[in-house]
Amino acid sequence: MKKFLMIIFTGLIVFSLTGLSFGEDLRIDGSTTVLPIAQKAAEVYMKKHADTRIFVSGSGSGTGIKALIDGTTHIATSSREAKDKEVASGKAKGITLTGHKVALDGIIPVVHISMKINDITMEQLRDVYNGKIKSWKELGGPNRPISVVSRDTSSGTYEVWEEKVLKGDKVRADALLVASNGQAVQTIAQNKFAIGYIGIGYIDKSVKILKVNGKSASPASVRDGSWPVARPLFMYTNGKPTGVIGKFIHFMMSAEGQKVVNEVKYVSIQ
Amino acid sequence: MALRWQTKEKAIELIVSTVGLTSVIILLLIGFFLFKEAFYIFFKAGVMKVLFGMEWYPTYDPPSFGMLPLVAGTLAVTLLTAVIAIPLGLATAVYIAEIAHHKVKEFLKPLIEMLASFPSVVLGFFGMVIIAPMLSNWLSPILSETLPEILRSTNLPFISTTLAELAYNKLFIASGLNISTAALMLTVRAIPVISSIAEDALTAVPRTYREASYSLGANKWETILKVVIPASVSGLSIAVILGIGTIIGETMIVLMVAGGAAVIPCGIFDPARPMPAAIAAEMAEAPYQSLHYHALFGVGALLFLITFLLSLLSDYISKKYRSVRIGEKI
Repeated sequence: MKKFLMIIFTGLIVFSLTGLSFGEDLRIDGSTTVLPIAQKAAEVYMKKHADTRIFVSGSGSGTGIKALIDGTTHIATSSREAKDKEVASGKAKGITLTGHKVALDGIIPVVHISMKINDITMEQLRDVYNGKIKSWKELGGPNRPISVVSRDTSSGTYEVWEEKVLKGDKVRADALLVASNGQAVQTIAQNKFAIGYIGIGYIDKSVKILKVNGKSASPASVRDGSWPVARPLFMYTNGKPTGVIGKFIHFMMSAEGQKVVNEVKYVSIQ
Repeated sequence: MALRWQTKEKAIELIVSTVGLTSVIILLLIGFFLFKEAFYIFFKAGVMKVLFGMEWYPTYDPPSFGMLPLVAGTLAVTLLTAVIAIPLGLATAVYIAEIAHHKVKEFLKPLIEMLASFPSVVLGFFGMVIIAPMLSNWLSPILSETLPEILRSTNLPFISTTLAELAYNKLFIASGLNISTAALMLTVRAIPVISSIAEDALTAVPRTYREASYSLGANKWETILKVVIPASVSGLSIAVILGIGTIIGETMIVLMVAGGAAVIPCGIFDPARPMPAAIAAEMAEAPYQSLHYHALFGVGALLFLITFLLSLLSDYISKKYRSVRIGEKI
């Protein structure tokens, strides 16, 4: 009897450690910006295909692409296009980096509702964020210092802002750094002299959206490329994806996959 | 089968010491890991540049990892909190231990200890949605709009011009998320720690001391100020040190309400980015084994050193004074 129990227990332990793997595994790694999309999409996909297990992690765009080249991941998510250097190093290892544009990321500048400014130029935004413009007076507002709200320097939203608005300048050191889009909205809604930026999906009635260079932000203007602070988000695969990888990419591009993109507050490609 | 009691005893001893040793080893390993990961940043970026650098731009190209603004942020917030929390905490302890009626004490003591278990994220949220808007929407207009107007209307030389201008420009609170708001919230966090330990220290003073003081004709206040407090000064210092330790390590509150700007704060309404806030905000998105990752471990190691020194100090004080007290008793 004792021996019998022992065998059963050992069996149970071994199985619980290895996991009973019947279906296919899919690994996704890369950009933390794309992480919410990949996670939610994986959830929805796994609900439909119970035999597929998807492992999603976010260790940065560069690390993701490197993992794809090294063969430790199936799909690399990236918030930028693959660099020539990466494409070449993939080629050397027999990996053809193939990008799939799965979503768009648009960032909009916002101010407090009471601020009597509707329009701002890219140059002004840059000067506000690098510290050249310190007072609202210089933008046609009251004679008060601007409270600059920025995102933590490791966030993807900040990355876009740095690339498109700051264009290589350092953000002023005394900018208030907040940890999330929600907190940015919260901070700006409560500070009459604050300016900040949020992802387009987080638009809220409690803050005022500024036009940039006379253009107003909308999913459509992000899609047609006329909105200046936007970027595409990619999923990279090795060559034309086949099998379960192909099915997942296909799902991403489908209406259902694009619905996921909108749900996690990014802009769908159609 | 029957075991000899000696064998049983040995086995129990072995189990207990193994369990005890395991937790010590785990602690040591964590410490080792922390310093191992931290070492690299000092090695790669230079000790001086990291410790005394003024610029914290970890993701800029090229990055700079000056930790001075972060350390200054922690120090500023801690100092400001200590100024508010130590007098309040100690006064609370004196009231509960010495002055309050027995029934009030029974009610107050658990209440204040309950405050210690208040989730800090709730305190942070409270500071963010209640205190911060109050500062920027209510206090700031009073100080920088109403006050200058009053000053201007006096029509006195200097006051109506220079002073009014000064108030208009300098008393303006740019953001409610600053070290004052953080210090206020941290005070709520520190008071229960300080007062409950201090209260224990005060209660531990032998009754004979008080009786001797009263029999010499001292009144209650003289007894408290000249006998009870000096007799429990070691316990009170420990209370203060542990309170400060709590403030230094507190993460959620400073992350939410300190503003997060990595600059050295110059006024009490300036924002700061204390060390725990920097770690918490950046660790999730710093690529594994990157310089930024090591820099955050460096900040963690620094933080650990500070709190470690503080607890070492409290240990030293308690040991030194305890021996004196026992000596006195004999």
